[in-house]
Formats: sequence, C-alpha cells, structure tokens
Amino acid sequence: MRYLLLICTPEMDDEAQFDQDVVKMNDDYGAFMAEMGPRGVLQGGERLRPTVDATSVRVRDGEVLATDGPFAETKEQIGGYFLVDCADLDEAIEVASKIPGAKGGTIEVRPVWEMEM
Amino acid sequence: MGEVEEAVARAFREEWGRVVATLIRSTGDWDLAEECTQDAFARALERWPADGVPRNPGAWLTTTARNRAVDRLRRGARGAAKERELAMTTDPPPPVDPDDDEDAGVTDERLRLLFTCCHPALPLEARVALTLRTLTGLSTEEIARAFLVPEPTMAQRLVRAKRKIRHAAIPYRVPPGHQLQERLPGVLAVVYLLFNAGYAASTGDALVRTDLTGEAIRLARTLVDLMPDEPEAQGLLALLLLHDARRPARTDAAGELVPLEAQDRSQWVRAGIDEGVEFLDSALRRHQPGPYQIQAAIAACHATATTAAETDWVQIAALYAELGRHVPSATVELNRAVALAMAAGPAAGLAVVDRLEADGALDGYHLLPATQADLLRRLGRHDEAAAAYRRALALDPSAAEVRYLERRLTEVTTDA
Repeated sequence: MRYLLLICTPEMDDEAQFDQDVVKMNDDYGAFMAEMGPRGVLQGGERLRPTVDATSVRVRDGEVLATDGPFAETKEQIGGYFLVDCADLDEAIEVASKIPGAKGGTIEVRPVWEMEM
Repeated sequence: MGEVEEAVARAFREEWGRVVATLIRSTGDWDLAEECTQDAFARALERWPADGVPRNPGAWLTTTARNRAVDRLRRGARGAAKERELAMTTDPPPPVDPDDDEDAGVTDERLRLLFTCCHPALPLEARVALTLRTLTGLSTEEIARAFLVPEPTMAQRLVRAKRKIRHAAIPYRVPPGHQLQERLPGVLAVVYLLFNAGYAASTGDALVRTDLTGEAIRLARTLVDLMPDEPEAQGLLALLLLHDARRPARTDAAGELVPLEAQDRSQWVRAGIDEGVEFLDSALRRHQPGPYQIQAAIAACHATATTAAETDWVQIAALYAELGRHVPSATVELNRAVALAMAAGPAAGLAVVDRLEADGALDGYHLLPATQADLLRRLGRHDEAAAAYRRALALDPSAAEVRYLERRLTEVTTDA
C-alpha cells in the first residue's frame, strides 16, 4: 500500500533563523533516512523550495494562466514529501511520525489511488 | 415473546458483534459481513422453531453467515469478489487463529473490530456510529435516531467510514503492544461517549437513548473480559455502572433534572453501585491510576454516601485535583471548585472559579457562570448571583438547565 506523506510546515521567512535551522534539519532528516532506507519503505521523496518560488498554473477557457505563489495561502505549506510503501495505515502513521517535520508541523498521509490494471 | 424468539434476541445481543467481526476477518468486506450476519439471524428465526435452538448459537450463526457469504461471493461476478472467494475457500478459516503474531495473544474478533472502528484516522462521529452498527447491531435508523441526525446522513457517515478503512488500508487488528497503550484511551473514549450520548440526553427518543447506555455498558464489559489486565477498562466499566445506578433518581416525574444533592437515594440501584465499586476496587489494586479510575472513584464517593450531607467532599476535591494531574482541563478544575466549596465553604470554591474566569479557558461555557451564581447565592451575595445566573442563561444551556437556572434566578431576585 503506497502513501504520499506531505510535509506541511510553517515557512521560515527570517534568513538568519533559516540558516541556523537548516543545519539541524539536515541532521534530523539524515537520521530519518538512515532508519527508513534499510527498512525499504521509501520509494521517493524530495525537499521543495519555499512557496515564494512557486507558480500556480490554471487552464480556463483554453487559456493558460500562470500566477505567482502557492495554490492556497496558508500558514503551513508543503515543504517536501516522501512516497512510501507500507503494510497499512498504522505503519504509514508510524513512518510519518518519525519525519522531523512532524514536530511543529503536520504530515498529511494520503493513500495513493492505485489504478486497477 | 416465545422461547425461540427470546433465544434469537439473546443471541443477537450476545453474538451479533462476534459474527460480524468473524465475517469481516474472513471476507474483508464490511457490508457483506453485516448483510450475511443479518441473513443468518433471519434464518435462525425460520429454523430454530422447527429444529430447536442449537447448543452453540454463536457457532451456528457464524457458520450460517459464512456459508451465505461464500454463496454470495460465488454468485457475484466481480473480479474482486472472485478473489475473496478464493481466499475464503482455499485458506484455512482464519477467525480462530490462536497463533496470530500481531495480537500478542488477544484474538477475540470483537476486540479487533472495536479497535478498527475506533481508529483515530476515522472522524469521531463515525467511530461511534460504526462501533454501534457493527458491534452491537443497532440499525442505521436506530443510530440516526439516537444521535438526532437524519437517517441518510448517518448512512452516509457509515459508508464513508467503511470506504476509508478500505482505501486508506486501516488495519483490521488489535494494535501491537506499544501502540495498544496509545490506542486504548481512544477506544475507551468512544465507549464513554456512547454512554454519555444516552445518559445526558435531554432530547430525542428516550427509549433508544437508554439503549445507548446499555450498549455502552455491554461494550465496557466486553473490554474488561477481553483485556483483564487493563485497569482503565475496569475503571471505565465501574464509572458507567455507578452513573447508571443513579439514573432512576436523575429526573423527577415531570422529567425535570434533579440535582445530585436532592436525589432520592433510595431510588439508586444498589446492585449497580455494588458492582461498580467492586470493579473499581479491583482496578485500583493494580496501582496504575488513570482518568477513568479516578472518575469512577469520584462517582463511588457520591454513590456510597447514605445522604448528601455525608458526602466525603474533601476526598472528592482531592480526587479532582488528582484527575487534573492526569488530564489537565478547565472543566475538571471547575468540578474541583464545586467540591472544594462543599468541603471548605463557598468562598474557597468561588476563589477557584474566579481564577478560572480570569483564565478565560471556559469562556462561553454556561456552567462557569452557573457555578459562580450558585456559590454567590450561598454566600448571600444575591445581586451578583442574579447577574451570574443571567450570564449563564445567555449561553444557551439545555432546556432542563434553563428551567433550573430560571428557578434560582427568581429565588435570588425575590429574596433580595
């Protein structure tokens, strides 16, 4: 069973704070990967640039509309994701709870809609 | 009711949950499990009058329901159904598997079902509804009536919950050791909520509401049977039994709410109190206090006092303080204030209530000004009491509470 774990965290706008936190964050994510890698649940995952670098695209009446920013302005934004393959929701919750971003942020666990072959 | 009907009704109460749970386990299909269980009971009503009541009604019902499921899956042409049929006919019957590695020795199907119904990934309302539907066999219509929502709304809630269990792969099991301790409070909370929905009802279908308290007590009993080493499960059962024992005295002939101190204690059900105290004592002997045991201890203080005046308020105030250490909450503190007022005088209680008011955590909660008003009244500060009663009335309390508050308001405004 595959799940997409969306890491939703408050975005940092203070550059100094950001630099300081980033070292700690890299360590924390390193530890997470070190545990989950050998366990074989990770199928992919990336960190995303902040929403100031985001572009939202809509097609309306055949016209492509590209606008600056995320699709919704909220305090927490998706800062990264992992795609995992787990036995069931309980395992997905356990993996999600170990993502460093779960502390202070929220991990949204979304089951992948598997296509019937 | 004839002997056979009675046997079927008893089997329904005692076996419904187990049969559904077993069928869900072997088919993985919640709807099919419910429908086939229903069919099995219909069949029992047909067969038992002629064949006699089987020695083991549960086994008869399970076998009948399972045969029906196999039958229906065979007739179903869908690919998924075929797969399940295969799983059912080729696997050894999974329901009674003593070596289930995940469940740490606990294999009762109903427990698996209960933990799945109460999974935190489901919305709370759905947990309650699903527990009632699958474990106690209450119909969607009955559940809708009990919770005062239209039947289609309740049906939708159940459908969505079952769909999420399937789509998000919520596991059908009792969580393993470390997770069990995290999940058990959620299960206990659903049972307690069920009980309260029946107990605190001031509106709705009275009969169905009473059923809810009965069902909650039965579920709590099941939990105690299935998890004999969990003192909090015993604590919950004790709490429910103690509350329920006082029910006959809670309302007067006109349906008005009677406050605890004015209740006719001879109407309390002695057997219920004794049993509650027994479970509480057994839980407390394990020396792992928890919120349900503490609340049961408070209920026991009330239930075992021969008169309201003999209530051990010092002990109750101490228990609320202990409860606050386990579950810090402003409402617990408000209750402590009431107990303290009884133990050490209204002024002592009022000081705590005033602190809570300043704190703001209970803003908009009518019981804060209502409590304040009662304490002010007892202190003879009638003008302030009247103002507080009016604040409480402005916060939309239940109809019975409105009548009580208005009575008190008249009292303090005419006495002054």
